[in-house]
Amino acid sequence: MTRRQLWLRIIAHLDLPLLLGIGLLMTVSLLVLYSADNTGWSRPLNQMLHIAIALTCMWLIANLPLHYLMRTAVPVYTLGMVLLVCVALFGEISHGARRWLNLGITTIQPSELMKIGIPLMMAWYFEKHEAALTLKNYFVAALLLLMPVALIVRQPDLGTAILISASGFYVLFLAGLSWRVMGIMLISALASAPVLWSMLHDYQRHRILMLFDPSQDALGKGYHAIQGMIAIGSGGILGKGYLKGSQTHLDFLPERTTDFIFAVYSEEFGLLGNLILLGLYLLVIGRGFIITANASTYFTRLMAGSITLTFATYAFVNMGMVSGILPVVGVPLPLISYGGTSMLTLMLGFGMLMSIETHKKLVKT
Amino acid sequence: MSKHVELRNHQREIFYFRLRLAVSISFVLVLVGILLARMVYLQAVRHDYYQTLSESNRISIVPIVPNRGLILDRNGVVLAHNYSGYTLEINSEKAANMEATINELSTLINITPKDRKRFRKLLTERRNSETLMIRNRLTDEEVGLFAAQQYRFPGVEIKARLFRDYPYGEKTAHLIGYIGRINQTDVDQLEENDLAANYRGSDYIGKTGLEQSYENELHGITGVEQVEVDSGGRAVRMLSRTPPASGNTLVLSIDAKLQEIAERSFGNYRGALVAIDPNNGEVLAFVSKPGYDPGLFIDGIDAQSWDELNNSPDTPLNNRALRGQYPPGSTIKPFMAMAGLHYNTRSPGHAISDPGHFNLPGSSHQYRDWKKGGHGSVDMFKAIAVSCDTYFYGLATELGIDNMFNFLSRFGFGKKTGLDLEGETSGLLPSTEWKMKRHKDKWYAGDTVSAGIGQGYNLVTPMQLAYATAVLSNNGVGYKPHLLREVRSSRSNENRLAKIGKEFDLKFDPAHLDLVKRAMVAVTQPGGTAVQAFAGATYQIAGKTGTSQVIAMKQDEKYDAGKVDERLRDHAWFIAFAPAGQPGIALAVLVENGGHGSSTAAPIARKVMDYFLLGKIPQPLPDVAIHEGEEHD
Repeated sequence: MTRRQLWLRIIAHLDLPLLLGIGLLMTVSLLVLYSADNTGWSRPLNQMLHIAIALTCMWLIANLPLHYLMRTAVPVYTLGMVLLVCVALFGEISHGARRWLNLGITTIQPSELMKIGIPLMMAWYFEKHEAALTLKNYFVAALLLLMPVALIVRQPDLGTAILISASGFYVLFLAGLSWRVMGIMLISALASAPVLWSMLHDYQRHRILMLFDPSQDALGKGYHAIQGMIAIGSGGILGKGYLKGSQTHLDFLPERTTDFIFAVYSEEFGLLGNLILLGLYLLVIGRGFIITANASTYFTRLMAGSITLTFATYAFVNMGMVSGILPVVGVPLPLISYGGTSMLTLMLGFGMLMSIETHKKLVKT
Repeated sequence: MSKHVELRNHQREIFYFRLRLAVSISFVLVLVGILLARMVYLQAVRHDYYQTLSESNRISIVPIVPNRGLILDRNGVVLAHNYSGYTLEINSEKAANMEATINELSTLINITPKDRKRFRKLLTERRNSETLMIRNRLTDEEVGLFAAQQYRFPGVEIKARLFRDYPYGEKTAHLIGYIGRINQTDVDQLEENDLAANYRGSDYIGKTGLEQSYENELHGITGVEQVEVDSGGRAVRMLSRTPPASGNTLVLSIDAKLQEIAERSFGNYRGALVAIDPNNGEVLAFVSKPGYDPGLFIDGIDAQSWDELNNSPDTPLNNRALRGQYPPGSTIKPFMAMAGLHYNTRSPGHAISDPGHFNLPGSSHQYRDWKKGGHGSVDMFKAIAVSCDTYFYGLATELGIDNMFNFLSRFGFGKKTGLDLEGETSGLLPSTEWKMKRHKDKWYAGDTVSAGIGQGYNLVTPMQLAYATAVLSNNGVGYKPHLLREVRSSRSNENRLAKIGKEFDLKFDPAHLDLVKRAMVAVTQPGGTAVQAFAGATYQIAGKTGTSQVIAMKQDEKYDAGKVDERLRDHAWFIAFAPAGQPGIALAVLVENGGHGSSTAAPIARKVMDYFLLGKIPQPLPDVAIHEGEEHD
């Protein structure tokens, strides 16, 4: 095998436009991390390691033929459920929530696994019953979604629960859940809200109100929101320049390498930079939609659509939260925030997208 | 034909899916539109506003620490409060050369080596870029002196702060506890409970005693000030303010005067006293002697004072009332008598002949009575009044240890009473099961004999014994003991009363109660073991003396020739309630190495009851007559 053949073999199952978008976003991540970490090298270097691991996993998944991918649905989902139940029974409590499972060597957060596991399971289920879908099938699929979500809500991790619900809902939507049923669901949700509200404790209500009015909690999360808005707003059209963000470098901005990294970027690169960033995200999302549209089977269409839409939702929720139009929930900016776990989960998703794109010819013939 | 339909269906399906996909794409575009609009708004429309905030002036969010709640006794006497004072503080990031600055300062204001040590400790423990205290409690003169020279000391400033003060000092140290600087453990704990935001700006947190157990009530809600600060970090203008809400005031069931009298009645003895209102479980006095100065701990105790407290043979840091575990000795006898009557082991009239010792059947080992030659013919009434050991050796043997365990645990022995203070110990009420688990050994008949007079494995805390006495005095109706009577809210006029629930009713036979209580009254009357202490009392007292043996020195204690004798003497107990017919107070007194209950513990109980029931203040206060007459158990 010549060197050229080897190279072709390596990239055979990679989707180059998608990889280009991802690569550019990762480059942005390293640049901004260097600035956010006050020109320290430890986080950018660690992030490089995260990226290397995540890319390797993506490559492995991308090379996995689709029928193997489908076969993982039930085991992954079952494992996720078992781990979630374990967390509920003997998980570690940290910051008032029970989210982590201590395995002795390392702690894991099973809800992260379910970000992939749930859409995978639901898409698999719809594929199995594709021949004659009835309302009952949608109901069962919704149940597959709600069981783990209920466990995650109980941890409590409202932010993750809502985002996972969204990814599951996208599968239901793409699988053709009728508009009428969605309308009924919306109305009954609105109608039950006052009942749920009356069932909450005073402190829980207070917390929810605080989410929507950050000034109520100016010492806690509200402080983050206020400082984030100052950083973005003061960036202006062109930004203050790389490494020159005063909010960032004078320690005003909290969590600036993780959830609030968008504020750092915005302060230093301004509105123009934001346009470029949105452009990069649209490149990845757009490519995801094209892969979705061309996908050859029911399962892959649902999976690809859900992965793409979920990615878009994460980006929107994080940027919306940092710029003060959404409540502050702990959601990282996809592919840019510091952290290995979310990077890995995202890249597993992109690996699936690439597998869907590059294996479809084989399915057709 | 059928193939055609299938194909069309497939195409239709694809068509519908792509329709959904189109909706999804529009959805994403709408989201992008929203974000774009928001960014244009923040970065173009409102840019100048945020630019101002960020560059020339900055918004600083300043927490306003709430005033800590007061602690009052049942009559409104202040037990913990705050006073304002001036401190000299250094901003470690702005002062150029710390050592030089401090040396320079000390030419102006007296700074002791202790102050320097504490400052260095604060410097290593600091949590954020706050100013650190170098001197507290500045006099007005010192404030004036520094103010005139302040230009010489950049980064040094005078601050007005609130200090915590405990007017009763060591008399209430084990009760009120103290606050101290928030350390890393506290921070972790606060973060765990999601309270960290409310503690921004707070330096202190309750560390022990009521200051700890009611931290949530006392701390209050931190306020917020949004201020514009200039580039030097000084506040220029206030933008908005949410005022803090002070902590709530705790009103205790403690009677400060009673507490003081009880504490002083101990004289130089070590020990503990707990007095309870049996009608509702309110704790009236809670003394552990010796105490310590709680003020030492607030800003971090210096090493020398700490060593003194920690290494003192008197163990002043040990909360004896709550955590001290001692054999109950003969104070267990009234409860044993109740058990004997309950299980029908002994009828009230049944009398034994006491030769001065007890033998287990088939054994020659003698269990001796405290009185050589014995008490003659002894029935249950007399057995309590004269504290006859022989009678109770026999009763215990007939009851058996497991009946004893079941019955005595109903009085709360061997369990925490649930008092609202942290760190209570549960004593020890032995059983066959316990011994097998703990010592991997079976229970011997001899173990039961000594358990019958409250020796052997039995251990109680003064708190437990006071509680059991209260339950007995109130005819078996028990209330959970508590120190908090009422919480006065700082935000509204609403006062929350501490919940007084009837915890349980042991449903004793009134005839049994009557016999045991009458016998306990006889203890304080001619012929009884505590007659001297209660001579001339105008009310009826029911009581019981007790002695617990100090068998051996603790291993970690140093040999001290002058003190060995004294520290090997027995501990003295006295439990009592009065007036006997309608009890308003029940108490337990422990005097360490006090010898016999009648000579040291009972006189303390007398003074406390005289004040509580008659309002009589003992004169002279600090002295305790140490009676060395006939020795009783």
